[in-house]
This record gives sequence, structure tokens and C-alpha cells, in this order.
Amino acid sequence: MSGEVVSVKELYFKYNSTEVLTNVSFQLHAGDYAGLVGPNGSGKSTLTKLILGLYAPYRGNVLLFGKKPSEFQDWFRVGYLPQRVTHFNPYFPATVREVVALGLLSRKGFPKKISKSDEIAIERALSLVDIVSIKNERIGTLSGGQQQRVLLARALVNEPDLLVLDEPTTALDPEVRDRFFTMLKALNKERKVTVIIVTHDIGTIGQYASRLLYLDKRLIFYGGFDDFCVSHDMSDYFGEFAQHIICHRHDLVKERE
Amino acid sequence: MNLFDFLSHGFIQRALIAGSFIAVLCSTLGVFLVLRRFSLVGDGLGHVTFGSVAIGLFFGVYPIGIAIPIAMIASLGMLKLTERAYIYGDAAIGIVSSLGIATGVIIASLAGGFNIDLFSYLFGSILTINTMEVGISIILSFILIFIIYFYYQELLAITFDEESARASGIKVGLINKILVLLTAVTVVLAMKVVGIMLVSALLILPSVTALQLNKGFKTTIIFASLSGVISVMLGIFISFVADLPPGATIVVLNFLFFVLAFFTRMLRS
Repeated sequence: MSGEVVSVKELYFKYNSTEVLTNVSFQLHAGDYAGLVGPNGSGKSTLTKLILGLYAPYRGNVLLFGKKPSEFQDWFRVGYLPQRVTHFNPYFPATVREVVALGLLSRKGFPKKISKSDEIAIERALSLVDIVSIKNERIGTLSGGQQQRVLLARALVNEPDLLVLDEPTTALDPEVRDRFFTMLKALNKERKVTVIIVTHDIGTIGQYASRLLYLDKRLIFYGGFDDFCVSHDMSDYFGEFAQHIICHRHDLVKERE
Repeated sequence: MNLFDFLSHGFIQRALIAGSFIAVLCSTLGVFLVLRRFSLVGDGLGHVTFGSVAIGLFFGVYPIGIAIPIAMIASLGMLKLTERAYIYGDAAIGIVSSLGIATGVIIASLAGGFNIDLFSYLFGSILTINTMEVGISIILSFILIFIIYFYYQELLAITFDEESARASGIKVGLINKILVLLTAVTVVLAMKVVGIMLVSALLILPSVTALQLNKGFKTTIIFASLSGVISVMLGIFISFVADLPPGATIVVLNFLFFVLAFFTRMLRS
């Protein structure tokens, strides 16, 4: 199908002998904004890594812009923000600018060199996440929220068509988190950037995302929020809790609109 | 003795030239190794080099000629063990390192004990470096520094965050192989400067000294190289004047530079 950005079909994945994902299938199209939620250990991060080709499935397949990740070459079309539990080593000697520039490497041939013309893209990414003023600071000296924004700038520097974000708001305070989600929504709306966001921020995701993936080793639910709110598929504690919170906030937003 | 007299000796000139090239190489590579927590790879490969030098001396083959390919194979072995055997990097280094030492001890025993040649490789003998060895050091240092220059961005990307580097299409497996192979050749070259026992100091100390400065990545590499070169030059001078072993003197100077940088940072902060 044209405009298909991610296609996951009958996907299975095992860590050693433990099955982590079972028969997962869904598609995302250009401009979709999908929240990926589920309890701890439900396979959310694993699914994003399978989409990016960091892991290989043992059954089923993943297509990224119509190609298997192992054959995919245009990595500059994909921006990735990995899950960060701890801060960077405070002595890591890379400046914010140097870290953001690393995002441009997927565009470069050999030898990969950052040129003067790349500075425009770097400045644009820095200003998108409002960190131009700290571009010469070392990443290790920044707060968790600032580090998260640096990594987001690195993911955005190529103006990607697909953003894969793994728990991007864990280190952010509520104000910065809301600004982050608003900025993400603007990128999605104005530039048609497809977004997959793994999040435990279930109270907020319903305000911004257009699709929801509820994962608990298998894909329990995939669809829009109106369908999610009337679905009876969520039978576990986390599922019912998520449904309650998400749908309550979703209703409030709809009322406001 | 004045500086001119000191520099007029051919063996001093050779030592200064080869030592400076090797110091730049070790310091540059050391920044990547230290930040990737591969610091002890140099130590492990040094022990492998001990085994290969012993093999070379036993069979009458030029030791550096045999040590380079063996150290390269061992470095790939370490990497494979880490990737495939589900063991941590330090355990992989421990396995390869102890195998290298054990091989060296067995060969030395078969040869009737440690001789003076093996001793000079263990503790370095930069003042006895000959013209051919200077040539080999310069050519190999140039080749290795060019490889680092061409792969600088990829090396920085995997040092910063290997997973994101892989997700942006960088061939992380290839870059890791390049890094350990570069380290293997560097360790063999550096054994003439400070000796097998102290080789990891030349990889680790200049980079940790430069890391105290809290600068960007390129600046850190430049400062590490400067620290490495100055310690080698000053070490050769002091060891000549005071009749001290040059390898150990260079390492002690490197440590003093680190202490100086550390206290400067503490005072500044």
C-alpha cells in the first residue's frame, strides 16, 4: 500500500527460549501518530528494536518503507530516541553540537565528515527543541531533561519521515513534558512525520496520538482512541487502568474541542 | 649537558621521532578505548604480545613481524568472545591475556629461561630502537592515524551510543573490529617505547589526563596527544640524564601529568 511506513506481519521474537512477542501484526501509514503502551516486560522496546533492525525476528517480518530492515539503506529517514534509564557519564567529552551532528552520519558516504553546510541542519534541530544556548556544553554536565532534548535533536536533525521514541518523557518534568508532546504533535501535523512513541505516560498520550497499540507480548489492541474506549479486550489490571485513564483524558480533550 | 648535545646523539633522535609518533597514536586511540571501557584491552593484548615475542625469539623470527599478526588475531578473538560467548569484556580480556602469558612462559622455559632480548621487550628499550624500527613505527603510525581520521565520526558514534549508531545504519561490528585491530598493532609498536608490562599506561594515562579538562571530543584527543608526546620526550631526556629506565620514566611522567590535571580540575571546580 502506498504511504505504508511500517508493516509488521505475524511477528514472533524470543530471548533465548522465552517468547517475548507472539503473532504481532499492524501497519502504520505516513502521518500516523501511534502510542505504544503496555505493562513492564510486555515487549514494547523489543518491538521498536525489531522495527529498526536491531533485533531479528524468528518468525514473521517487518517492513520499513517497504523494505526489510536488513536491506533498508535510507536510515536518514528514521529518527530514533533510545530508552535512557541513567544519565551519561559526566566526563564524556562530547559537546551538545557534536552529539546532534552524529544524527547526520546516516546521510553521509565514506568518509563521513561533518561539513560547514551541516551547521544549518544542526542549528535548526537545536532550535526545534530549544537548546541552542547550550550547544557548546558537554552532554554529561546537563540535566536529564536537557540530555533527553539533545538526543531528540539528534533524532530530528535529518528531518526524518519516521520517529521512533522509546520512553522519551521519563526524565522530563511536567512542564517540559507537555512542551515536548506539543512539539511532537506539531511535527506530526505540519510535516506529516510518522511517530511511534513507547510511553508509560498514559495520561497524556490520548491527548496527542491518533492510534494506540496496546501490547502485552501479543498485540491486544490496535486502533483509534474511540474504539479503544469501548473495547473489551483489556482484561488485565494494567489494561483496565490504562483504558480508564486514557479514555478519561481523551473525553476531556474532546469536550474542550 | 646542554640540549644540543642531547639532541646530537643519533639514538636519541631515533627515540624521540619514533616515540612521538607512537605517543600520538596511543593517546588518540586511548580516548576511544577508555570511553568505551575497553581500557584493559591494551593490557590483554600486551600479554599476548609477550607470548608472540617469545615465539619469535624462540624460532629466530623478527619479533615485531610475528607479534603484529598474532595480536590482531587475538584482538578479534576477544571481540568474538564478548559478542558470542555471553561473557563480559573483562573476562574475555582475562582469557586471552592469560593464554598469552602462559604461552610466553612455556616458550621461555623451553628456550632455557628468560634471556636479555625478552627482558628488553618486557620493559621497553626505546633508546636502542634502530633505523628500520623507526621507519616501521612512522609508516604504521601514519596508516593507523589516517584510518582513525577516516572513521572518526563512526568511532565517536559507537563510543557515545552503540545502539543508536546501529539504528542509523553504521556498521557497528565492522567499526568494533577496526578499533581492536588498530589497538593490536598499536600495542605491538608501543612495546618498544615502554615495554609490554607498561603498554596499557601509554593508552590510558594521556586520555584520562585530557578527560580532566572537560572539553569536546576533538580537543580531548589533541590534549591527550600533547600530553603523550611531551611525556615521551621529557621521559627520554630525564632517563638519559639520570640514567633511569626510559619506559618506566615515561609512565611515571604520564601519571604526574594526570595528577596535575586532576588537581587543576578540582581547584577550578
